[in-house]
Amino acid sequence: MTLTLRDILNKLLRRQQTSATTARERLQLVLAHDRSDLSPELLDQLRREILAVVAKYVDIDIEEGAVSLETEDRMTALVANLPIKRPLEKKTDEKAS
Amino acid sequence: MSTNTRIILICSGKGGVGKTTLTANLGIALARQGVQTAVLDADFGLRNLDLLLGLENRIIYTAQEVLEESCRLEQALVKHKQEPNLALLPAGNPRMLEWLKPDDMQRIVAMLTKEFEYVLIDCPAGVEDGFKNAVSAAKEAIVVTNPEVSAVRDADRVIGLLNTNQVKPIQLVLNRVRPKMMASQEMLSVEDVTDILALPLLGLVLEDEQVIVSTNRGEPLTLSGSDSPAARCYSNIAKRIQGEDIPLIDPSKEGTGITDKLRRLMQTKIF
Repeated sequence: MTLTLRDILNKLLRRQQTSATTARERLQLVLAHDRSDLSPELLDQLRREILAVVAKYVDIDIEEGAVSLETEDRMTALVANLPIKRPLEKKTDEKAS
Repeated sequence: MSTNTRIILICSGKGGVGKTTLTANLGIALARQGVQTAVLDADFGLRNLDLLLGLENRIIYTAQEVLEESCRLEQALVKHKQEPNLALLPAGNPRMLEWLKPDDMQRIVAMLTKEFEYVLIDCPAGVEDGFKNAVSAAKEAIVVTNPEVSAVRDADRVIGLLNTNQVKPIQLVLNRVRPKMMASQEMLSVEDVTDILALPLLGLVLEDEQVIVSTNRGEPLTLSGSDSPAARCYSNIAKRIQGEDIPLIDPSKEGTGITDKLRRLMQTKIF
């Protein structure tokens, strides 16, 4: 993502970002969905299921977990960013209790 | 000639971005460079290529009669009087859409390749049957888009379909560029669009009122050798198609006043 002098000035002055920047961001999002043929609802379902699976193995922050589509050069990737709180170590937990 | 003929589909997905205007201007420009060029109006539903070329009163037969074999190809082709290297094959009746198949389109184009070095196909808007018929006959494509979100999104759909149909190369023409709006970052930049669509840029066309004047008259800008901004852009694109190495216009370098310079400074990339 490129940032120009104007973008920085707008940020400093707390002005709205330029409409070209908004257009670019909106396009990147909508194209990621178009290209993968995943609707926001399906993506949300996918996100919840991935989180559920991962939560079986590690303790993750459900609130912070993000699953999104990112696009570069007509290649779309499913990117999951799941912050781990700590590994689920059942045995040590049992010993402690 | 037939294997060397370049069959170029001019498409966009969205309507009204300038496919037909580009087809008309490139057709004339290529013909002026001395190559035998045919333009085929594949927009059977809403044909307009004849109108932009000023040939609407000279149509006797169309692609329909050629396909039905009720006339020969030569009878349907409308030769441009001032630019005899250019011929138009007009679109038939919209009712053709009921029976037209990709095979029919391929048959028509195969006939044209016997006599022409270039066949430019003016594609209908949309991604439905009309588009599919036109794609099936094309070897390469020019995708026309505007620096607007809806046009870019639709172009992306079309590029995906061209890829699955093994049409290549696919090149991009960015139409209706307004340098001032780009400089103040109130319009998607050339780089934004080429990055998002990941296509090589064949050329850009500057916004130009003369385009409207020329369509009013039915005389494409490239016909008169006009020096208007869009006319220069169109003939540059035609030269690039022919393999000439013509540098792209940099819209951020348009304008030399103090406000233009300030705008340029504001576009400086920090990272």
